Amino acid sequence: MSRVGWIRLAVIVIAVGALEFACQFGFINRKVVIPPSEMAVALGKLLASGQANGEIARTFGIIVLAIAIAVVLGFAIGVVIHALPRLRQALDPFFATYYAVPIFIFYPVMVAIFGLSVIPIVLIGVATAIVAMIMATLNGLDRIPRVLSKVARVHRMGAVATALRLKLPAAAPYLFTGVKLAVSYGFIAVIASEFILAPAGLGRVISDAYSDFNNPRMYALMLLLIIVATFVNMVLHAFDQRWAERRGIGRP
Amino acid sequence: MTTAPADAAIHASLKGVTRIYPGAGGNKPVHALGPVDLDLRRGEFFGVVGPSGCGKSTLLEVLAGLQQPTAGTVNFEGKPVMGEVPDGIGVVFQEDASFPWLTVWDNAAFGLRRAGIDEAETRRRVDDVLAFMGLKDFARAYPAQLSGGMRQRVCIARTLVLQPRLILLDEPFGALDAQTRLLMGDEVLRLWRRTGATVLLITHALDEAAMLSDRIGAMSARPGRFMDIVETHWPRERDSTIVGEVAFGEITGRLWENLRGESLKSLGYAGMAAAE
Amino acid sequence: MIATRRAADTLVILIVLVLAWQVLHQIVGATALPGPLPTLSYLAKFVPTARFWENAEATLVAFFYALVLSYAIGLSLGVWMGIHRLSGAVGEPILISIYTLPKITLYPVVLLIFGLSLSGRVTFGAMHGILPVAILTMNAIRNIPPVYLKAARTLHLSRRQTIVTVLLPATLPEVVAGLRIGFTLTLLGVLLAEMFAAKSGLGFLIINAMSLLQTEEMITVAVMLFLFAAVANALLLWMEHKLHRRA
Repeated sequence: MSRVGWIRLAVIVIAVGALEFACQFGFINRKVVIPPSEMAVALGKLLASGQANGEIARTFGIIVLAIAIAVVLGFAIGVVIHALPRLRQALDPFFATYYAVPIFIFYPVMVAIFGLSVIPIVLIGVATAIVAMIMATLNGLDRIPRVLSKVARVHRMGAVATALRLKLPAAAPYLFTGVKLAVSYGFIAVIASEFILAPAGLGRVISDAYSDFNNPRMYALMLLLIIVATFVNMVLHAFDQRWAERRGIGRP
Repeated sequence: MTTAPADAAIHASLKGVTRIYPGAGGNKPVHALGPVDLDLRRGEFFGVVGPSGCGKSTLLEVLAGLQQPTAGTVNFEGKPVMGEVPDGIGVVFQEDASFPWLTVWDNAAFGLRRAGIDEAETRRRVDDVLAFMGLKDFARAYPAQLSGGMRQRVCIARTLVLQPRLILLDEPFGALDAQTRLLMGDEVLRLWRRTGATVLLITHALDEAAMLSDRIGAMSARPGRFMDIVETHWPRERDSTIVGEVAFGEITGRLWENLRGESLKSLGYAGMAAAE
Repeated sequence: MIATRRAADTLVILIVLVLAWQVLHQIVGATALPGPLPTLSYLAKFVPTARFWENAEATLVAFFYALVLSYAIGLSLGVWMGIHRLSGAVGEPILISIYTLPKITLYPVVLLIFGLSLSGRVTFGAMHGILPVAILTMNAIRNIPPVYLKAARTLHLSRRQTIVTVLLPATLPEVVAGLRIGFTLTLLGVLLAEMFAAKSGLGFLIINAMSLLQTEEMITVAVMLFLFAAVANALLLWMEHKLHRRA
């Protein structure tokens, strides 16, 4: 690991250590925050007991479903919009505004329409993630060098072969950036919906534990979510960077 | 064989070729090229020079079958070229067309794999072409890790490996610095001699054309036509050291004499276009 | 002429969206989703009421304080990490991981610390806004072409002059982009806080209307928030474009 990496690790260890110290020695009230070590123990016990397995499976299932729909549909929509420049120009103002408005405020509207079930959660997850994928697809298709279609003709490649062998790989790093954003947006939207209003799921369980003053349970699940989100985002980020480096693309 | 014996020496030809781009969105149609007649002799090195925007690249793309001529006919090895790049023609473009997602080795192997050549033969030919192009040590590298000149070599290797009989080079060294260009010129001469292929090189650099070519066609400003075709009479064994010869100066002098007025025209044209 | 055609195209899409709303309303029924027209007439009635403005004020006050905090902390952090290379290299991945975290998870902690108070909502809003401001400011400073600094030295500019006449204008467009994203996310943070647990504010109003099945009120508030965010974003985007053109 590099020097910077070691310093970073040290910073994180000291921060967690300071929190542990402050909690253990009463600088922070246990009713507010429990020591990190106790969070980890509580999480270990909870996972070993299997009590939360159903909720965990439910939440991550919804997240994966929402992200998968957003990525596949977003790519398809992006391809269609890219082929219709006039539609694309007309949609421009909507894309520029989309992430500026709190889309999440429409979650209760979806609950009103579809009832309190999985559907509105998946829908708000897809709605939050899909536009990032559409925009990344448009960007990726824009970045395909024009010379590639000439190369394709020199090699007498058909439309399908050109799309799969040349255009898709040329656009791939930009598409992946879209996937990365879709994953983190989808994750955030699903968890937020479960927190605010949901029949079940990790967000709901944490929010219930908060109401019941069940701090070990609350912090255990919080820790789980933070670990999973950080891990997934770090893997995607590392992959993204490596790809960009290999392709000589400036940091995305 | 329907080709007359007298034509056996003619490898490819353009007859009365013009290219007019239809005006888009209320603009006037653009007459880019022609009429142009050209016979490429089998195995010769033909250079094309001309002011920017004179239709040099259009000429190359029409010859390659990448564009349809508006009028006239294109022939390659006795068969008309119709809307498809014929087998036996290789093209190297001005833009960097190396595939950044493939290693140098896989870039070179691309065409062979498309053609379904078996793995052993592919390996033999790719290794051979990489050694020839001085890319052997970079076989596992990705294009982004290489300089512009090396990337253009990758593109040349990808073309050569298919053993084209006519190689079309569209200002392949336009983006490189002058010294690198001279060295790349040596490489091209070497590959021309070894493959025995016919080469057509488009360039805006008079010295490059004068040093590499057996014959040089000087094109007029748009619409591009050949104003003069200069024979250089260089020996087949030649390299960049001929830039020091007296004849070299005479050739570039004659080319510049032809092109000076045309380049001014094209500059003036550009100036007018910018003022609009 | 092209601009008018584009505007007309955009208008067509807007009309299509409203029609889609109407169609969806017809499918699911008026209780689940009131149509565009009844919503508009409800909006005209509801927006002038004191109830709407009291809640809007609550949201705006929390949002204002949160925004000030986001900008102050975000800018300081960004400037520090941009200038001090080591801090930037160490901190950037940490900032990015926190940025991509579902921060709602941490709201119960904020509640345990601050209770159902204004400070809790302000803190939570700022937690959303600080990171984009910091990250983009840091990048803006890092991406200053070194040739600018060389030019400043050959022109014998003082340190102050260099900052005011070279560094500030060079970084401004990207910093403003950070402020714009910070604006959006701070608003989202405040609204999420109000939706999760609050006794006032537009976020509370939406959740309250939902539980009372007053869908018209719910959509009215959502539409008003939508308009507020869209207009503010358009203004900031316009500023950004002007800065870019000048740069």
